Amino acid sequence: MKDKQPATFELRLYVAGQTSKSLAAFANLKRICESHLAGQYRIEVIDLLKNPQLAAGDQILAVPTLVRRLPEPIKNIIGDLSNEQRVLVGLDLQPVKL
Amino acid sequence: MKKTVPVPATRVSLAKAPTGIQGLDELTGGGLPAGRPTLVCGSAGCGKTMLAMEFLVRGATQYGEPGVFMMFEENAQELTANARSMGFDLDQLAARKKIVLDYVHIERSEIEETGEYDLEGLFIRLGHAIDSIGAKRVVLDTVEALFAGLPNHAILRAELRRLFRWLKDRGITAIITGEKGEATITRYGLEEYVADCVITLDQRVHEQISTRRLRVLKYRGSAHGTNEYPFLIGERGLSVLPVTSLRLDHAASAERISMGIPRLDEMLGGKGVYRGSSVLVSGSAGTGKSSIGAAFIDAACQRGERALLLAYEESSAQVLRNMSSIGIHLEQWVKMGLLQIHASRPTLHGMEQHLVMMHDIVRAFNPGVVVVDPISNLTLDRNEAEVKPTLMRLIDFLKQQQITTVFTSLTTGGSSTDAPEDSQVGVSSLMDTWLELRNVEFNGERNRTIYVLKSRGMAHSNQVREFVLSDPGIDLVDVYLGTERVYTGTARAAQEAQERLAAELRQQDHERKLRQLAGKRKAIEAQIAALHAEAETEEAEVKFAIAQETNQVKASRQNAEAIAHLRGGATSGKSK
Repeated sequence: MKDKQPATFELRLYVAGQTSKSLAAFANLKRICESHLAGQYRIEVIDLLKNPQLAAGDQILAVPTLVRRLPEPIKNIIGDLSNEQRVLVGLDLQPVKL
Repeated sequence: MKKTVPVPATRVSLAKAPTGIQGLDELTGGGLPAGRPTLVCGSAGCGKTMLAMEFLVRGATQYGEPGVFMMFEENAQELTANARSMGFDLDQLAARKKIVLDYVHIERSEIEETGEYDLEGLFIRLGHAIDSIGAKRVVLDTVEALFAGLPNHAILRAELRRLFRWLKDRGITAIITGEKGEATITRYGLEEYVADCVITLDQRVHEQISTRRLRVLKYRGSAHGTNEYPFLIGERGLSVLPVTSLRLDHAASAERISMGIPRLDEMLGGKGVYRGSSVLVSGSAGTGKSSIGAAFIDAACQRGERALLLAYEESSAQVLRNMSSIGIHLEQWVKMGLLQIHASRPTLHGMEQHLVMMHDIVRAFNPGVVVVDPISNLTLDRNEAEVKPTLMRLIDFLKQQQITTVFTSLTTGGSSTDAPEDSQVGVSSLMDTWLELRNVEFNGERNRTIYVLKSRGMAHSNQVREFVLSDPGIDLVDVYLGTERVYTGTARAAQEAQERLAAELRQQDHERKLRQLAGKRKAIEAQIAALHAEAETEEAEVKFAIAQETNQVKASRQNAEAIAHLRGGATSGKSK
């Protein structure tokens, strides 16, 4: 899939302030992307406390929420992304078998 | 800015946010608890969303309280379309920053859960919407959709608890809708979190007619009506059949108004019925109930009052035609706008809905008199326990508006052996005046009779009158009260002639008897005279006998003295 789809992954992480959950989510996301999507991703972190109007616009309920905006279709992953397997499933990435 | 509906309780009670929904504010004594969440639950299609929406729209338009409608099931377009059917323009309200519509889309298949999270996003979203228009009211419809969307119910429950707390802290009056559960009030037990006020909605089908009902299950810190109240989703929004019957304090007018038939007024103490009273006209088919109603309307319109006729048997054109055949021309009043006729099929809705509709019409038209013809069609096949409270509410409502009402009621049977009192047990106690119409079939004809079965607070005739419908109109005629029965029609005339003849005969009989008596008296007097004579004769004889005996005694004594004298007289010194 990665080969078929060379387009970059456009990811958005919605958080609400610098909570431990949002920090953990960002760290987890960074690690997963580095190991599976090195060089093909862009992460945008949106703090809903600063941009509350985006919560409605992007249909955000839970935080942290990771939205895969590209490639389509849009995927939502909620939680602190601690479960790597499920993040990969959510992002439609085949886990790399070592 | 906030208007509060006067609360019946004299004590200072909970601050309330009026819903603006007809009837609901009366039921709750002023509205929902202000600054607290209220749970509205019920099964699908029972009107939860409509109730919530009206609460929000009325708040924004009438009470200066903007609101946020957060929906989890329908999207904003769908809701706007639905609202339009009730006459609310949500788009325009949103443009004027009176309301915010926020559709929360949640789809289980699009969501992957990985680890810890909370619903801060929802809070931020709601908080932002509230702040953007300074909202005082919030609707969450229906928050239970989250349970289907988010697998982790433990987090969800904790977050919902926090959400309701948060709404309370912000002083938001909220409606949270919930789906009815099997054993619990709501499927996911939301009532655990929203404990201040719970309203349940219900839609039931009875005899193929569905009726929506509302009940205030719980209202912490406030008195409220606990019954089930029927409600209707109409063109002007929701109407809950008001609970004026919680109180029984309507003013009683001393004014009397005519029934439109002079001789009928005469039977009712000479002046007709009290304004604001309820009149039941019962009778079997073809006894002239509708005609009485029409005469009553005609009289009201002649006085310049507005009249409302709710017809459940005839179309309005038919009513006008039929009544003109007995000299009651109602069409002129319709043209003048004094009379409104609403004809509908009784089976169109349940009785409650009919009553709610009547309510709406009465409020809009504000008539002085109302005629319901006939009420029995509404109560058909319904048990009285259901009918009575509903009807009572309508009557109370009309009384409070000082509207005089005539209800006609078709009674079954109509044979004169049944006690008419039995036929209308359910409603009769609610009525102030009860006129009973009867067909009297006798001597090859059928005639109508009328009598006043009861009439509260006035002297009324105990007489049965014959009720005559003819080209020039309605009239009441004295019936002939014979020895055994009431005679009407030609039988009355025949009976009157017969009775005259009988009276003549009786008169002759009396004279004969008097003559006989006189003769007898004479004979007795003669007898008395004879007895007197006999007694005198006997007395004379007795006196004669006594005199004789006295003479004998005297004679014998003289004799003895003479003898003594002759013998020497010495012994008879005494005689000196």
